[in-house]
Amino acid sequence: MKKLIQLYVSWFKMGLFTFGGGYAMLPMIQKEVIEKYHWATEDEVMDYYAIGQCTPGVIAVNTSTFIGYYQAGVPGAIAATLGVVTPSIIIISIIAGLITNFSSLAIVQHALNGIRVAVCMLMINAVLKLGKGNIKNKIGFLIFAVALIFAMFTKVSTVLLVIGAGIAGVVFSRIGWLKKNA
Amino acid sequence: MPKLLLMFLEFFKTGLFAVGGGLATIPFLREIGVRYGWYTMSDLSTMIAVSESTPGPMGVNMASYVGFSQYGVLGSIVVTLGLVLPSLIIICIIANFLEKFKEAKLVQQIFAGLKPAVVAFIAVATIDILVTTLFGDYTFSTFHWKQFICLFVLLALSKYKPKLHPIWFIVASAVVGIVFAF
Repeated sequence: MKKLIQLYVSWFKMGLFTFGGGYAMLPMIQKEVIEKYHWATEDEVMDYYAIGQCTPGVIAVNTSTFIGYYQAGVPGAIAATLGVVTPSIIIISIIAGLITNFSSLAIVQHALNGIRVAVCMLMINAVLKLGKGNIKNKIGFLIFAVALIFAMFTKVSTVLLVIGAGIAGVVFSRIGWLKKNA
Repeated sequence: MPKLLLMFLEFFKTGLFAVGGGLATIPFLREIGVRYGWYTMSDLSTMIAVSESTPGPMGVNMASYVGFSQYGVLGSIVVTLGLVLPSLIIICIIANFLEKFKEAKLVQQIFAGLKPAVVAFIAVATIDILVTTLFGDYTFSTFHWKQFICLFVLLALSKYKPKLHPIWFIVASAVVGIVFAF
């Protein structure tokens, strides 16, 4: 029971302070899930993101379900998932009920523009750290570069890119160019 | 069928078929609005704006908003649960499967290819938010120098205090944004 409450509270916190999509939650996950509670390694979180990217649903929610499940089975998955969505329900209910012109208020705009700078900084640090940990050889860098170019400049669906990267992983491993710890 | 149940089912369907995060839910929400008339397209754009400017994953925020607009807090809870239930079920199944096969060579090879690609997706998300923050958009017609200085200070600060929780950076930068009218 203690574990379930811990999962709920921790994911509540992450939901409350995430602005933007699932990727913007990454710095928060690094802090709470990886460093503070040791619920998953950085490696595992990357796997969950990859799967969350090509399964239905919101990526942040999918990641919370994964981590909750591995900590405490289905009840853990439910606790973490409910935790990450509760702040949305509360905040949206308050705002939709009281301040319909919320997003056009000057003070909200200024605060959000400020928050965006922090999110920028957090994500720059996160991506540099992840790059160091996950791109370990030339083939890894090649996959990174190709995925980056496609995601940045084409409209190819991310699902296809994930599938392509998975196939590349298998092919390059089989011909011995991509070794696990090389 | 009672309207609340119908809403639950429609959002369950959205959660089941919207692959790729919060933005992927928008076409579904548009269709629901057109088909049932629960909200107009102008309501939808307000919902998107509010969902983007409040904490929490955007897809979850939108579901909370639609639910609240029809049935208050109860609607907000029911519709949000409808949205996340499919991925909760799917991820539990995948997590269970992954636990059994994660030592399998093929699975490890696939993930060896996926990791660099996920870093690329996160890098693209980071570039997007960086450009939006500093230049407004990809036309690069304006330069927000206040944000640029703030980002520089935050990056330096994060090197100096790497253990600080991301929440503090977010709160501080919201205050800075308001004080300096970002």
